[in-house]
Amino acid sequence: MRLILVLLCVAAVSFGLIMLSPIDPIDAYLGSQMAQVSPDQRALIAEQWGFDAPPAAQFSRWLSQLLSGELGWSHIYNQPVSDVISQRFQRSILLLGSAWLLALLVGFALGIIAGAKEGSLLDRLICGYVYVTASTPTFWLAMLALLLFSVYLGWMPTCCAGPTGVVNQDVSTLTRLHHLILPVATLALLGIAAITLHTRARMVALMRSDIALHAFAQGATRFDIAWRHGIRHASLPAITLAFASLGELFGGSILIEQVFAYPGLGQATVEAGLRSDVPLLLGIALFTALFVSIGNLIADSLYQLIDPRISKEQP
Amino acid sequence: MLQINQLNLQLPHYRKWWRREWATCIEDVTFDVQPAEIHAVIGASGAGKSLLASTIMGLLPEGAKATGQLYFDGNLLTSEHQQRLRGHQLALIPQSLNALDPLVRSQRQVSWAARRAGNPHTVAWQLAREALSHYQLDRDAQRRYPHELSGGMARRVLTAMAHVSRANLIIADEPSVGLDPQQRNRVLAALKALALEGKAVILITHDLRHALPIADRVTIMRQGRSVETTQASAFQGQGEQLQSTYARALWHALPNNAFSTSPTRLSSKEPTLA
Repeated sequence: MRLILVLLCVAAVSFGLIMLSPIDPIDAYLGSQMAQVSPDQRALIAEQWGFDAPPAAQFSRWLSQLLSGELGWSHIYNQPVSDVISQRFQRSILLLGSAWLLALLVGFALGIIAGAKEGSLLDRLICGYVYVTASTPTFWLAMLALLLFSVYLGWMPTCCAGPTGVVNQDVSTLTRLHHLILPVATLALLGIAAITLHTRARMVALMRSDIALHAFAQGATRFDIAWRHGIRHASLPAITLAFASLGELFGGSILIEQVFAYPGLGQATVEAGLRSDVPLLLGIALFTALFVSIGNLIADSLYQLIDPRISKEQP
Repeated sequence: MLQINQLNLQLPHYRKWWRREWATCIEDVTFDVQPAEIHAVIGASGAGKSLLASTIMGLLPEGAKATGQLYFDGNLLTSEHQQRLRGHQLALIPQSLNALDPLVRSQRQVSWAARRAGNPHTVAWQLAREALSHYQLDRDAQRRYPHELSGGMARRVLTAMAHVSRANLIIADEPSVGLDPQQRNRVLAALKALALEGKAVILITHDLRHALPIADRVTIMRQGRSVETTQASAFQGQGEQLQSTYARALWHALPNNAFSTSPTRLSSKEPTLA
């Protein structure tokens, strides 16, 4: 119920923002042919697409369409919105999912290692690395990586999800993965820093706690404490952060997909925004909101698995 | 079993940012603990009791300066020695119930203690179950998390963790604090049982009254110094057998005795730094 309200708010706000946008969808559609089209023809297109109705009527029509399971027609791709989203999402989820998983695993491991012995050489090295990446803008890092690995070294492809000029079906899995490496690595770097810092902070607190002192009294080593107690305790902040950053990851993927010309959902969002494709933009906004909400829902249920003190009965 | 010889302990603190000063927390403490004995260490808050436990375990905070000698089984107890003996020969029952990991079921925690004492995985699990059953914690309690246990039960889980280590010297830091009389007696009886098995037990408490029935000998500490070490039986009558005025005053202050707090006897003439 609350989820539906959230989605409705997201849709309404996005719609309002698009209405305020200075980009006229018909101008954007026509492009350079704008001068050759008469006002009558423009009015015809507007009528065809339903732009002549007042905004409130447009929105309510979109809503009633949505209730019957129809997301509308994307005029820039000339396809149903649901098709565009599902195609794009299949590519994006590969990029987003692997980047997210990589960030979570690497960030968590680095955080545990750094926090296990506060002030050690390893800790200082990891912290220094994390501070640097945490303060680096994603798109800049992406461009640097592109320059270094694709242009100078030539190890990686420069763009897209597969070689240009080859039909999508003919691209082998290996080639696809090859095209994924650089965007995934760059996107993962974005998430690693935050997860490492939070995991490390929890680990440092644990190492100073009565729990660690008691474990030391039992003859446990630092590694033992990090392995048995640390992983349990530090996974709470790591999970919170990982699922809460799903939205951020979507934002990051928009930039990354632009830089690497990767045809995913992020790129479609930018296209939809620049060319005022209202149904597509609304569809993507709804879909993203749904995705992030489900992520948070998963995080909430994972807490209960890890920390028995958080239970459903409590308000 | 354990002999403490002229132990001194100083901890650093900073008066201004850079001016380090040393606070003397334990000064010239000497006593010994025998196998099959409960040795009670009695003192008010800040007397240095818990620091004494940390010193014996070798778990002092960084920068602490300890002098004097500790002998365990006749050997000088160095820090490498302590590291090796922790969990095998030396066990600590900590004061705070926060020492239990809130995210781990009690049986698993006890089995970890058994693992750390050198038992293989399969044996440790079984040992943990036996130890917990020994302290009247049933299967249901063994599957519970620490926050689902009562204070007395959690205390018994901590005792079971010391028990599975098979350590010969067990230091119990305020084990009876915050428990109702029934639970307290259960915990103290468990310690007595450990001593009857031949283990040496150091019972750290501020509660002379509850320590006396199970203790064999008593060391009174005050402001980091050991005031007096005596047989527990010396605490009787008017306290004629007690050497120091402080111990006698402590004895008189008990409700069953004179219940007197003569200000001259108990007030401190020492500097206020604890």
